[in-house]
Order: sequence, then C-alpha cells, then structure tokens
Amino acid sequence: MQGLHDVLQPAGPAAAHIATLWWLTLAICAAVFIAILVAFLIALVRAPRADAATPPDLAPLGSAEPRTRLVVSIAVACSIVGLLLLLAGSIAADRALARMPEDDALHIQVTGHQWWWDVIYDDPQPSRRFQTANEIHIPVGRPVLLSLQSGDVIHSFWVPNLAGKKDLIPGHILTLRLQADKAGTYRGQCAEFCGLQHAFMGFEVIAESPQAFAAWSDAQREPAHAPSDPGTTRGHDLFLTGTCMMCHAIAGTPAGARAGPDLTHVASRKWLAAGAVPNDPEHLAAWIRDPGQFKPGAQMPPHAVPKDELDALVAYLETLR
Amino acid sequence: MRALLVLIGLAVALGGCDREERKLAKLPSAAPSPATGERRGDLQPGQKGSGLEQTTSSRSFDGKNAFELAQGKRLFRWYNCSGCHSMGGGGMGPALMDNRWIYGHEPDDIYRTIMEGRPNGMPSFRGRIPDAQVWQIVGYIRSISGLAPKAAAPGRNDGLAVTRPENERERATPRNAPGSG
Ligand code: HEC
Ligand code: HEC
Ligand SMILES: [Cu+2]
Repeated sequence: MQGLHDVLQPAGPAAAHIATLWWLTLAICAAVFIAILVAFLIALVRAPRADAATPPDLAPLGSAEPRTRLVVSIAVACSIVGLLLLLAGSIAADRALARMPEDDALHIQVTGHQWWWDVIYDDPQPSRRFQTANEIHIPVGRPVLLSLQSGDVIHSFWVPNLAGKKDLIPGHILTLRLQADKAGTYRGQCAEFCGLQHAFMGFEVIAESPQAFAAWSDAQREPAHAPSDPGTTRGHDLFLTGTCMMCHAIAGTPAGARAGPDLTHVASRKWLAAGAVPNDPEHLAAWIRDPGQFKPGAQMPPHAVPKDELDALVAYLETLR
Repeated sequence: MRALLVLIGLAVALGGCDREERKLAKLPSAAPSPATGERRGDLQPGQKGSGLEQTTSSRSFDGKNAFELAQGKRLFRWYNCSGCHSMGGGGMGPALMDNRWIYGHEPDDIYRTIMEGRPNGMPSFRGRIPDAQVWQIVGYIRSISGLAPKAAAPGRNDGLAVTRPENERERATPRNAPGSG
C-alpha cells in the first residue's frame, strides 16, 4: 500500500494539533537533555586530573559545595516550568481536538473485523446510505464524524496524517473527528494487535474535492447492474448459488450477508483484502482460490474451483465498478 | 519420586499441545467431493442451482482442538444457524443444547444433517458451506451439550452472552430418537 503515512506531515486540523504537541514535547525534552549534557561537561572540565597511579582522594569535604541551595532551587524551578508547559500543551491540544467543528459533518460508521474494515456512509435519508469496505473517501475541507465499532475483538483506527488513534472496543461506539485540508491518499492501519493478520489490516483514506466526492458517492449508491453477456451471467449465477453469497453482499442481488466485505463496487477499489493484495483480475482470481497465500488465517475459505468457473466469477466481479 | 512428578507434569502439559494448534484453512487437493448422501428436503439458503463445485470431502473432524471449536462457534452465527436454533436453546428449529437428538449425535450424523438437510424445515447447506467449515460447526454443536472436552470448548462469547459458556456445560448423555441417522 502506498499513500502517506506520517504523523509529521499533518493534512488536517486534528493531526496538526497532535503534531504541534509533538514538536513542543520534543523541544522541551531536547532542552532538558542538552542542559543535562552541559552540566556533565562542566563537571568533567572542573574535575581534577589524575592517572591510575594517583591514590583516590578519600578525605572528607572541607566545606559544603558553594551555592547548593541556589543551584537546586533553579533546577527545581526549571523542571516545574518544563512540566507545566507540557501539561498546558497537552490540555490545549485535547481541548482543540474536542472542539473540532461538527457543522455539516459527514457521518461514517466504521466497524473493525478480523481483518478488514466495514464502512457505512450514513445519511438522514435512508435510501442514500451505502456500504463499502477498506477504502474511505472524504471531501476536502468538510468535518468528518466517524463512529467506530468492533465486530469481534479490540482494533484501533489510525490515519496518522489526519488524526490520532482511537480504539474500537466491542460493545461500545466511540467517535473520532477529523478533517482533511489537503487532497491526497492517506494510509491507515489497525493499531491494536488483533490476531494473525493484524499487520495486514490496512485501509486508505482518499481526500478529494467535494465534486469528486459527490461523484464517487453517487456511483457507490448505485446497486449492481444485472450482467449482460453469457460469461458474466455465469459468474453471477455461481456467486449466488455457491458459498460466496453466504458471507458477502452485492446490492441489487439477493446476496446480503455481512460476514465479509460488501462487494457491490469491489472492482472500483484499489486494493483487495484491506490493502494486502492489489486489485486486478489475476490477483482477484488468486485471492478467491486461496486467500491464505496472501493472508494466512484470513476468515475467507479457499475455493478449489475449476478454472472456467473461476474465470467466470472474476469476469463478473470485474463488472462491479 | 521427583523425576516421576516432573514426568507426570510434562505428560499433562504435552496433552494440551494439540488443543491450541491452529490448522489454518488450506487449499484442498482439487478433487471435488461426490455427493455422499441424498437430499432430505428441498430448502436451502440462496437461489436454487448447483453452485460452485465443492471442495473436498476428506473427513477432518477434530473435536479436541480449541481453535476448530471456536471457528465453529463463529460460523454458527455467520451462517445464521442461530436464526432458527438461537444459541443452542432452539427456536423455530429444535434445541441443540439438550440431550435429545432426532437425527443422531455422532459427528457423521450431524454432518449429514447440515449437508443434506432434514425434512421438517432444516435446510441443506451442501455447496453453500465448505467441507472443512462444516466439520468445525459439527465440533461446536457437540460442545454446546457438553460432548466436547472441557479444555477445548469455547469459554467466552464475542457478543452478549445469554447462556453459560460451552466449557462449563454438563455433559448431557445423548438420547437418539429411534431410527435416527
Ligand atoms: C466464510 C465467509 C466467506 C465466504 C464463503 C467467502 N468470503 Fe470472500 N471474504 C470473506 C472475508 C472475511 C473477507 C475479508 C478478508 C480479509 O481481508 O481479511 C473476504 C474478502 C473477499 C474479497 C476482497 C474484498 C475487498 O474489498 O477487500 C473478495 C473479492 C471476496 N472475498 C470474494 C469472494 C468470493 C468470490 C467468494 C465465493 C467464491 C467468497 N468471497 C466467499 C469471507 C468469505
Ligand atoms: C430455517 C431454519 C433453520 C436454519 C437456518 C438452520 N436450521 Fe437446523 N434445523 C431446523 C429445523 C426445523 C430442524 C428440525 C428438522 C426435522 O426435525 O426434520 C433442524 C435440525 C437441525 C439439527 C438436528 C437436531 C437433532 O436433534 O437431530 C441440527 C444438528 C441442526 N439443525 C444444525 C443446524 C446448523 C449447524 C445450522 C446452520 C448451518 C442450521 N441448523 C440452520 C431449522 C433450521
Ligand atoms: Cu489489529
């Protein structure tokens, strides 16, 4: 998976607050580090020279270190100021994150599953809701309100360029606000160990102009069209009379199961299987035959189907744009 | 004496090994299975049609492996067995957590029930659920009436729990209906 994946290149206000906090922390910690190094150096320079032959000086100190009280007071004052600055920075960042604008926000429900992401675009008008997976499009400059849930174990939703991490806890709905100010493709990743394929539980957030987003979401709302030629019709029938429809949904067909990703527009996505497999006909066929070769332990079973049936299935799935 | 204790301890510990082994789904050797039984009803999920050729019919029941049983539990929900049998207590379909079996409690009996269906409303899942998964479900169904080893049966629910976990169920002595199987 390509796409930016970098906390230090914030592309929106939420990530920017976090990046500012990071730079403040780095500056204060660097200052402390340098101060300690300097104190060490001074001590080294002031210490009397000796070689191995000189006997150690074990005599008691004649008098106390000069100005002990002053030096200790200054050091304590510096530590307090440093800690207060960090505290203030952290509170300011948290407040800013909690007060991100929500007016006219785009509502998206994200559910983490072992090991992929289910994505529902909410709309006050039920007929305008739609469902997709592993690829989240958002319009630039508009707040996005994500409600995060888990279908099984704890996962964590993390797009470093856009926002901080938020855990997905079974039985809870948590919200995360973010906004992209720069168009681009940002890589996201599950950030809480969730089993065998945790490392391959990625996703992409594609921030695009409001026009491009409207065009994309209108296309996603369309149900799948009935196949027109014999090859794809056979694939369509195989899908609906075999195992696939037990786990997958394709809007516009009787397939409506939710154990696996929604496939209504699977061919429009850039990646298969949560960023693990490029989406082209060869990889799609290889994935259907044996998902375990890409993601050992994936919750989709292998299918030892004859080549002609596999080709028909792939031809049909490729029409789902 | 101490050596003996160590040996006993080792033997007990080793006994747990196959409990945790995860046999991940692998591509079966391509031979499609011949239909072994005869359909007992005309219900099935989805549209009528022969569907994809089935994977293998090699018997792979393993009722002692915790991973297989937990997968079976996941699939029992995914394939909506719970829609008719609830979490084992029964609903439109009979209870599966009691000791009464209309069609037999042996793994082969349950396998046949799922694959061929049963006349009074149990759909046939042949061609809809891959073989290896059917065996996982068979293992799980046996665990809900205590027919699986306690050490291997699932101990928790992913969702809200409405019954005691499977590994706490008392073993129910199965009573098969006459002429079952
Ligand atoms: C037991 C349920 C199950 C069955 C049966 C099943 N799948 Fe899947 N499928 C899944 C799951 C779960 C995933 C997500 C895997 C992952 O990313 O870890 C998936 C992923 C996919 C993907 C990738 C989708 C994406 O956007 O990433 C495709 C394509 C797919 N399946 C096609 C099929 C086809 C075709 C069949 C029938 C031959 C089939 N599946 C049968 C559960 C299933
Ligand atoms: C549409 C509802 C329905 C669904 C879905 C369903 N069953 Fe059944 N099941 C039934 C009914 C009804 C019976 C009783 C059949 C009879 O008496 O002939 C039954 C019987 C059974 C039996 C035999 C019980 C006995 O006492 O011998 C088993 C085992 C079983 N089902 C398992 C499953 C599994 C596993 C699934 C999911 C893959 C499943 N069922 C899905 C309705 C359903
Ligand atoms: Cu994870």
